[in-house]
Amino acid sequence: MMELICPAGTPAALRTAVDAGADAVYCGFADATNARNFPGLNFNRREMSEGIAYAHRSRAKVLVAINTFPAAGAQELWYSAVDDAVAAGADALIIADVGLIDHAARTHPRQRLHLSVQAAASNPDAIGFYVRRFGIKRVVLPRVLTVSEIAAITRAIECETEVFIFGGLCVMAEGRCSLSSHVTGQSPNMNGVCSPASHVVYREEAGTLVSRLGDFTINRFAKGEPAAYPTLCKGRFKTSLGSGYLFEDPVSLDAAAILPSLRAAGVAALKIEGRQRSRAYIEGVVRGFREQLDALEAGEKPPADRLAALTEGQNSTLGAYRKNWR
Amino acid sequence: MRPSLFQNKDELTPATVNTEAMDAPFRSPRVLQGADCARMPPVPTLPRWIARTLQPLPLAPLQLPLALALRSVVARHPYIFERLDVHAYKRFGLQPTDLPFGLVLAPHPKMPSLIAVRSLPAGLPIRIAGPLLGLIGLIDGSYDGDALFFSRDLVVEGDVEAVLALRNAIDDAGVDLVADTAALFGPLAPSGERLLGGALLQLKGAALATKREEAR
Repeated sequence: MMELICPAGTPAALRTAVDAGADAVYCGFADATNARNFPGLNFNRREMSEGIAYAHRSRAKVLVAINTFPAAGAQELWYSAVDDAVAAGADALIIADVGLIDHAARTHPRQRLHLSVQAAASNPDAIGFYVRRFGIKRVVLPRVLTVSEIAAITRAIECETEVFIFGGLCVMAEGRCSLSSHVTGQSPNMNGVCSPASHVVYREEAGTLVSRLGDFTINRFAKGEPAAYPTLCKGRFKTSLGSGYLFEDPVSLDAAAILPSLRAAGVAALKIEGRQRSRAYIEGVVRGFREQLDALEAGEKPPADRLAALTEGQNSTLGAYRKNWR
Repeated sequence: MRPSLFQNKDELTPATVNTEAMDAPFRSPRVLQGADCARMPPVPTLPRWIARTLQPLPLAPLQLPLALALRSVVARHPYIFERLDVHAYKRFGLQPTDLPFGLVLAPHPKMPSLIAVRSLPAGLPIRIAGPLLGLIGLIDGSYDGDALFFSRDLVVEGDVEAVLALRNAIDDAGVDLVADTAALFGPLAPSGERLLGGALLQLKGAALATKREEAR
């Protein structure tokens, strides 16, 4: 049975995810060691220990994301995150940086390690390197692969695969994208923030919502038009070749319709994005997918997908899973 | 590979790309093949007669209950403002769009305050506006803030970092406005909870009835 991996940005969200049927919850410390380093979010050391204990009481796992890239000369913050997550009883660490993986594998040889999507390992050669060299047990695949590509990779590698099924849709080479750095000087890779809130400005202009990131207008939403995050890759731009969403539309991934295909592809775990979202989101999405997976396992008709209201831009897509633009 | 919309990747610089977003809304050709989903129904708003009734009334009688309610919430969730960090020293303007007054929240760890104002003062660093039931739903965890933002039910202006910190702090605290406020009544808290819960249900019922009427 495929595992349902759910996000938690706060201890309350972790408890909500566990209670709603998560097989595992992923979360991070409240610092630059994880890729959701947002104000008011994440766990201190005590909260992490208590959260893991809570999850384990319900036989759920906790995967600790330490998935940013350590800054040169400041590795101690990342090393201590690894040590503290292990001490807290984490079931796995999700890591992206090859040096940090090496450190974790050598320092805690019995600790289960997962390769973060931020490592951008998207072919059997790259994944095989991490498996052979560091004993990685699972890889989180980038959101740019088709289901058949996922199946081929899963067959060719000697570790489990985990794929995203819902939430924010990043179509960049994750861990390598510099768009946010280009405008704000900060990125998810180094600082744990894509389009950091400190650089975001929203302004209402006669019913039109204008979103800005740093010195750039990212979008204008007409009255009543669904809004979106002010991320550069989801902005509307004018170029000499035309205007519009050049990189991607502001939509959320929703792979509920292809869960049987992902199972047939050999995927071990299904990941929901959204550590920055509220308990209401966690409750709705986790419970929704729990029902979908239980129906799938029982061979029953899946319940209707009711998650549209929680999607960015109030639109959803199967993204690259059904890639037909090339 | 998807063909680039840029003639040359080097053109992706602020100097050469006109990054002013479109003046008029338009639908772009979809880069990803998506299916339009049903949109979230708007958060119900209170019937207009409530605002009309409250408009001429003074705000002074509101101040003490608001202060006591905030004190009770903080007493029952003493760590609620810990997640705010430096943002705890800022003032947040809350504007229920279906009421004729706003609220100014100062979540100072030692002297938190919540006061009603006829209109939000200019110069407040943060302004959060939306229907009263949406704002209450954000506090008690029944609504997702991002979803309300996507659906345009929630308007956020000013210091977005502080808004996120406040949202995350409140969401983690698990505030139950009715139960927390009813705790003020001490041994009569269960009765108070029934009373306040009933009043909130009445408001929701009135708002939903208004929505149904408007839909006709």
